[in-house]
Amino acid sequence: MPVRVGIPRALFYYYYFPLWKEFLEQLGAEVVVSDRTTKEILTRGLEHCVDEACLPIKLAFGHVQNLADKGVDIIFLPRIVSVAKQEYICPKFLGFPDMVRQNIKNLPMIMDTNINLRKRKSDAGIFAREVGTAIGKGSVKSRLAFWQGQYKHKGYLRLLEQGLLPDEAISVLDGKERKDKVSDTDLTVAVIGHPYNIYDPFISMNIINRLKNLGVQVLTADNLTEQMINQGVKQLPKKLFWTLSRRVTGGALYYHEKGMVDGIIHVAAFACGPDSMTGELIERFIRREGKMPFMNINLDEHTGEAGIVTRVEAFLDMMRWRRAIV
Amino acid sequence: MKVTFPHMGYMYISLKGMLEYLGIEVVPPPPCSKRTLNLGVKHCPEFACLPLKLNVGNFIEAREIGADTIMMAGGCGPCRFGYYAYVENEILKDLQVHFNLVVLEPPEKHIGELLGRIKKITGNQPWVKVIKALRFGYLKARAVDQVEKSSFQKRPRELIRGATDRALKQAIHEIDSAQTPQELTTAEEKSREIMESISIDINRPVLKVALIGEIYTLLEPFANGNIERHLGNLGVEVDRSMMLSEWINDHLFMGLIRNAPSSKRFIKVASPYLNHFVGGHGQETIGAAVWYGQQGFDGALQILPFTCMPEIVAQSILPSVSGDTGLPVMTLIMDEHSGEAGMVTRLEAFVDLLQRRNEQKEALTS
Ligand code: SF4
Ligand code: SF4
Repeated sequence: MPVRVGIPRALFYYYYFPLWKEFLEQLGAEVVVSDRTTKEILTRGLEHCVDEACLPIKLAFGHVQNLADKGVDIIFLPRIVSVAKQEYICPKFLGFPDMVRQNIKNLPMIMDTNINLRKRKSDAGIFAREVGTAIGKGSVKSRLAFWQGQYKHKGYLRLLEQGLLPDEAISVLDGKERKDKVSDTDLTVAVIGHPYNIYDPFISMNIINRLKNLGVQVLTADNLTEQMINQGVKQLPKKLFWTLSRRVTGGALYYHEKGMVDGIIHVAAFACGPDSMTGELIERFIRREGKMPFMNINLDEHTGEAGIVTRVEAFLDMMRWRRAIV
Repeated sequence: MKVTFPHMGYMYISLKGMLEYLGIEVVPPPPCSKRTLNLGVKHCPEFACLPLKLNVGNFIEAREIGADTIMMAGGCGPCRFGYYAYVENEILKDLQVHFNLVVLEPPEKHIGELLGRIKKITGNQPWVKVIKALRFGYLKARAVDQVEKSSFQKRPRELIRGATDRALKQAIHEIDSAQTPQELTTAEEKSREIMESISIDINRPVLKVALIGEIYTLLEPFANGNIERHLGNLGVEVDRSMMLSEWINDHLFMGLIRNAPSSKRFIKVASPYLNHFVGGHGQETIGAAVWYGQQGFDGALQILPFTCMPEIVAQSILPSVSGDTGLPVMTLIMDEHSGEAGMVTRLEAFVDLLQRRNEQKEALTS
């Protein structure tokens, strides 16, 4: 029987799922994903995580438990320290495997191999080998598997750059048919925020689909190439050292600079450390110029759906009204 | 050029000593106060950590009394501190509070960058002099630390309430006034005498509690609600896991000064609880809990600013450490709403618990 490896549908899932899946399957493992976020998953996360943590971390605790329920042999929680030269992920990602281990009892084995590409990109090979060894595969096989994973990842990024959202892209990679875009939209809005917030329909109160249903074309930072993102962040006084926040911020500033969208909605998690800094910068840069409507949404476990819906609708009205007069 | 910098406890003494040694005019912000905090809260993002808010308040108040250049440290992540100076600067820009900003941080490309930035402040002074100034600043920090440590021991044992606080103030003033290394030696002597003149009851039983957590809230009394004083008055001898001079040696001098206590002693014992650094001092916090447990302390208090990322990681792991080692740990989260009164109540409850545990232990062993 193949070893069953569980991947939580949280945090880095939206960045790396196709890569992990291909990599692990090539190593002969069976990949199990946690269920889509539900009230119950979130509640269990809240029970086991400190109150002060941000919503995405609490939610990830719930997904880990959901995987344990499914009886997987291994929970795949690589410690993502850095995925780019001279950059980091948020401190909470760095501590996540330990937080989980110290707070949830009776878990299956946790695979928390480090991914640290801060100094060299090629250090990914070390990670591949360590994971491979844990599953009982040799280093050649592991490297090959990882290489195939990376190939999948490139395909995934290409689909995102073509305007697909992660869920769509993942199903296209699975061989499902690609849905044609609905074209009767009159507004384009950039939804800017961490993927694990904006793409999780439960956590984001379905904001992306809601906008689509209201006749809005939605773009996110993931629809931009790395080059565009970096052009966006050039406006900042100092390059951001958080990879995820650099993407988000660069995306917002690029859309703003190019005037590619009618408005920007910034979605942040309550008490998110990096968002408190980058959100502030994005808002100040955009408001200073005053040429584009901007809205901030804070998410936490108490955020009411009704309030958000009203605010989003008002925001769209404002944009349509603005457009009517100019 | 009138240089200012954010407050963090007695750090201003060290920085001021160093800059004035180079003949640079220094305008430290007025001490952190309710007003400082209100200014910061008003103009900073809600979920920014407390130090950022107080920094901005410091700068606005320093501008009011004539400062025109900010000197600040930076960093390269993963903690927010590395981006502090830039966000603060954008906030000040929008407020029309104009400053020259000089950020001293690890260079991105080559060391020349950093040296260039230092030169912005020091002008054309020879490097030898700059290094001497740095050393002078460090010696001041060490002198202040000695005085503070002595106050930790005296306060719970003092015979006249408030005697330690008064002595501390005097002793610190002596150190602050010293202009040269020679004067500093005399000042240290004097400050020692001042602290020794506090009359104490050596035999009074005291509890020993360690203060661990985030550096700013550990060092800045305004941010921690004067926790050391309150604990001392409750009959607790405190030990702070981080002293200014140790921090300078660990982080600025890269451990150049041997035989000084280093936070490495904490990192060594942090695993298996936390096996990786998490930015800030999160790993040190976990290690400190283990270490103080081994040293036989009665308890530990973790202090952190609301939303502090590394410390939230530590906070969520501390219960495990506490469970395994038997060291009671309480977490105090500081933000603009944490009043001193509420904190004192919590401290009293914690001290009460420690006392009862102690009595039980004694009853069992005697
Ligand atoms: S980036 Fe923000 S939301 Fe994400 S884990 Fe860190 S603090 Fe939480
Ligand atoms: S250590 Fe904590 S309080 Fe300090 S800058 Fe980092 S997140 Fe903020």
